Amino acid sequence: METSRDDFVIAIRSAFLKKGAQQRFSLLSLILFSIIFLILGSLNFKAINYVKITIKEIVYRSSFIVSGPENFIKDSYFTIQNHTNLYKENEKNKSELAKLKSKDLSNKFIILENQRLKNIIDDYVSESDAVVAKVLSDKGSPFLKSIIINKGSKQGLYLGMIAMDGEYLVGKVVEVNYLSSRVLLLSDLNSKIPVTLEPDGLLSILSGTGEDHGVIQYTKKYKEIQSQSIIYTSGTSGLFKAGIPIGRINSNFLDDGKKVEFFSDFSQLRFVQIFSFIKNEAE
Amino acid sequence: MTELSNNNFINTISSKIPLILLFVSILNDYDFNHLGLKYFSFNFSYILIFYYSVKKSESLGYSYIFIAGLFNDVVGGTPIGLTSLIYLIICVAASYLRNITLRPSLIKDGIFFLITILIVNSLLFVALNFIFNYELNYFDQIINITYTFLLYFLFSSLFDIFENYFVGSNNVR
Repeated sequence: METSRDDFVIAIRSAFLKKGAQQRFSLLSLILFSIIFLILGSLNFKAINYVKITIKEIVYRSSFIVSGPENFIKDSYFTIQNHTNLYKENEKNKSELAKLKSKDLSNKFIILENQRLKNIIDDYVSESDAVVAKVLSDKGSPFLKSIIINKGSKQGLYLGMIAMDGEYLVGKVVEVNYLSSRVLLLSDLNSKIPVTLEPDGLLSILSGTGEDHGVIQYTKKYKEIQSQSIIYTSGTSGLFKAGIPIGRINSNFLDDGKKVEFFSDFSQLRFVQIFSFIKNEAE
Repeated sequence: MTELSNNNFINTISSKIPLILLFVSILNDYDFNHLGLKYFSFNFSYILIFYYSVKKSESLGYSYIFIAGLFNDVVGGTPIGLTSLIYLIICVAASYLRNITLRPSLIKDGIFFLITILIVNSLLFVALNFIFNYELNYFDQIINITYTFLLYFLFSSLFDIFENYFVGSNNVR
């Protein structure tokens, strides 16, 4: 009994303290190092922050290079898939274009009228210059839905700016480095933004799920939500301008909570536009 | 003479392959998430670190594993130092297993690996959820642990083949 306890102690001691042939540090010292990193990092210790920023710059750049071959295969796969669907899409696009052309004229009038009305109620009307950023890496992990972009504080980016794919909202900037930034996607578990559901005008919160869809939460009027309702930002938080399209309620999922299908396909993001909205002071 | 130096070069490169694989897997999320399979994810780096710490600890230096953990924290957006700690705990477990094992077997290694990843994932979950206030999906964690455990046997065999036929080392335990 005594011997087996001794063996255990020897094995544990050896595991922690013994250095291998080419090891500079023992496991124990490296474990202590990581704990120190963790504690100082959570206390926002300056030296650790500098180390963090340096590692981030190195990792984001090298991650872009390393993911090159995989991205090439992925792109080739999607290109082939797109080619096979080309004819059908062209026919569909032609008919849609005809409809849209007729709508365009009435839209121009509505936009002008809307701008005039927004000026009256002092809403966000003008946006800062868009910074077009390339997506360096797309972490499709189930635990984290974010993208790394190749623009940082050098190009004038700051925390809280919003990222858009065309006209659709995709997320907001949560981390800014000198030459790169991280955008938290709407599908991330920690993403929660105030939205409005049209045509009913219901106010709610859109939460990410860690998957490729979102979910409508914190509203008492679940039953009033119609299938195919369009989700827009409500502008309640003051961060987003009201009326940026995000996605639609998917009728297929209607019984299983209010699931939202995003307009933008986050797995296909190559470039995003970074904006911040400001009030038109001149008015 | 040239052949000899070529052989040395190839040997050096092939002995560094596990290390290269570790960094590539961390920088590139080598877990087939891009396939979009809903109930599939695994942690390749856990398998790699455990296997090489048990069988051939000199292939992956502890310092490199520590640095790889820091890189993973930056890629994953988790508090810096946390993944390093998790990786090093796996190394401790692997090192303990190496010390107590007289007759190695894949099944025993696999079961010990399962216990290890259950412990480290619990630690990770507790640290992220309760200390750093990150929201994690419990079900995703379970899926991740299950596939990591099952794929250990596959990757372990592949690494065995690689070590025996390509590196040609006889000192794999």
